[in-house]
Amino acid sequence: MLKIENIAKQYANHKALDNVSFTVEKGSIFGLLGPNGAGKTSLIRIINQITAPDEGAIYINDERLNSSHIGKIGYLPEERGLYKKMEIGEQMIYLARLKGLSRKDALQRCNYWFEKMEMQSWWKKKVEDLSKGMQQKVQFVATVIHQPELIILDEPFSGFDPINAEIIKNEILELNKQGATIIFSTHRMESVEELCDSIALINKAHKILDGRLKDIKNSYRNNTFSIEYIGGEINIQSSDLFDVIKKYQTQETQQIILKLKDKIEINDALHYLLPLVKIHQLTEVVPTINEIFIQQVQGINSYA
Amino acid sequence: MRKTLLIIQREYLSRVKKKSFLLMTFLVPLLFLGMTALVAYLTKTGGDAITQINVIDETGSFLNEFKNSKELIFLPASQNLADAKNLARQNQDFVLYIPQDIETNGKVQLISEKKASMFVMSEIENQLNNILKYKQLRNAGIDIKTLESINPHIKIEYKELTDQGEKDTNTSAAYAVSFAAAILIYLCLFIYGSQVMRGVIEEKTSRIVEVVISSVKPFQLMLGKIIGIGLVGLTQFLLWIILSSFAAKFSSSDLLPNSILSAIQTVPVGYIMVTFLIYFLGGYLLYSALFAAVGSAVDNETETQQFMFPITLPLLFTYIMAFSFIVNNPNSTLSFWLSIIPFTSPIAMMVRIPFGVPDWQLYLSIALLIVGFILTTWVAARIYRVGILMYGKKISYRELVKWFTYKE
Repeated sequence: MLKIENIAKQYANHKALDNVSFTVEKGSIFGLLGPNGAGKTSLIRIINQITAPDEGAIYINDERLNSSHIGKIGYLPEERGLYKKMEIGEQMIYLARLKGLSRKDALQRCNYWFEKMEMQSWWKKKVEDLSKGMQQKVQFVATVIHQPELIILDEPFSGFDPINAEIIKNEILELNKQGATIIFSTHRMESVEELCDSIALINKAHKILDGRLKDIKNSYRNNTFSIEYIGGEINIQSSDLFDVIKKYQTQETQQIILKLKDKIEINDALHYLLPLVKIHQLTEVVPTINEIFIQQVQGINSYA
Repeated sequence: MRKTLLIIQREYLSRVKKKSFLLMTFLVPLLFLGMTALVAYLTKTGGDAITQINVIDETGSFLNEFKNSKELIFLPASQNLADAKNLARQNQDFVLYIPQDIETNGKVQLISEKKASMFVMSEIENQLNNILKYKQLRNAGIDIKTLESINPHIKIEYKELTDQGEKDTNTSAAYAVSFAAAILIYLCLFIYGSQVMRGVIEEKTSRIVEVVISSVKPFQLMLGKIIGIGLVGLTQFLLWIILSSFAAKFSSSDLLPNSILSAIQTVPVGYIMVTFLIYFLGGYLLYSALFAAVGSAVDNETETQQFMFPITLPLLFTYIMAFSFIVNNPNSTLSFWLSIIPFTSPIAMMVRIPFGVPDWQLYLSIALLIVGFILTTWVAARIYRVGILMYGKKISYRELVKWFTYKE
């Protein structure tokens, strides 16, 4: 769907993007992740043709990015905004027509979405008369009204209350099921982790990691497990099977985090533990995206 | 192109539909008429406060010659100078002291607690001079009656040579039209230019701009806004012209004296209106692009001050020049250059046109104005495209230059 090739962008004396490449599969939900100021918004603006890259190229459906793609992209900017004094219905039609829809189609799409989001009664209202949550809903509709193939959401859930965030999340998933490709851009990595199929991590203008979320996580598994058990009087020590990394004492149970030694399976460890304690819970410790990110950044820094 | 039209349409309709637009359309001509009437009324009836002058005349030859007018009354002072001065402190009257040696010294004293107005001073001076002049004429043996009967009064009947033959022209009518055109174009450039600026700031602060420019190019958005608001201005003028021609039809013969009507007829109204619209449009496009660039560079209206100054300077300069110089010397070299340079030509040329401008100068000026607004629009667009996405930064002129040099 979207291929980003060696993109570089320089602002005066600040490098916003340096040789960034990755691919977004058609129909996937993609997370563009990185801290504030990493270059995410710069990249999104290039994809939206708001600015042009200094180097590199972007392809949509194997076609070099051009003005015909504008109508295929829906963009929710981080800084939300609408005309405050314009009636909402009229405003939605205007924004849809700017994306290339005819007046008739725009009206039809507006009616569809206003009904779906239960905002028919807002048609004649002005944005300044709506609550913040309602404005966010309108903004979302403005993003998807022209049935874009690619939907780019910059910090999508910031500013939404939990109920509206859930509504919007479900709408996004539904659009994805209907075939739209979604890109989430956020610095709050945990907020989209469960939604994304693939991710790219960006830090200080460089891409530091990308790929399928599952593969990335698998590559970061390191035979570490968390075991919660009852039988506090027995003090489990590191052995031939595993090293104990951490111990916790909660009110009723105890918890240890252990790392298996080479060629040892978790079953071997359980065999050893079962006669000693009553196992309450066993989970594999897989690093979160956040932890992977920090590990990566520190790794890069230590090389430097 | 289709998208630019869409933007023009929105900018136009959202303004024309406003109640304030209708209000402006009807209220401004009314206010203008009302103001003219008020000024006329006040000058007629105003200044009717009577000033009393207590005259101490040591020569004795002036006191009886003073003529009382509506505003000035001359009375002989009943006291000596010192007492009169004391009295003046209490009752705010003026004391005019004419010393014995007035003819040789040429000086009198006007004493009062408050400052005398220019009018009072010049009136007293005139009367004194006249009285003295007649007295000296009589002393020289010249018969006053004969002198007064000699009163040549020559009036210039100006004939302008044109292709259609001789034509009556009226310089005072040209004068009036020049004034009106200069004021109108100056005001309109400001009013509609700052509307563009405010529109840009509004889009920037409400953050709609990023949504819009993900659909259209920043240049299209800027151009759409400028053209849309320009059309609002033209609509307003058109309505004013229609309204005032209606009003003129119904009321002209009663309200305006014939002398003014015939004076207006010597001015080529249609020609002036067409050139006015051309210069309004050209000047508006030139300046509003700069206004748009300023709007894009700031986060709110209070920050615009520092950038507004260089924009308003040429306008203000021409405006002042228009009244102090161009209108009196419409065909001088300076006037010529001011009406050719794009930044000053909209006002300067409108002042010159009622006095007649050679065609080649008009065409040159319009051509340069077009070149000028293409240039400012190009410069403004390069600043605008960066500025609208820049928030929370204190902007300096150096920063603007940097933006200008950014690649796409």
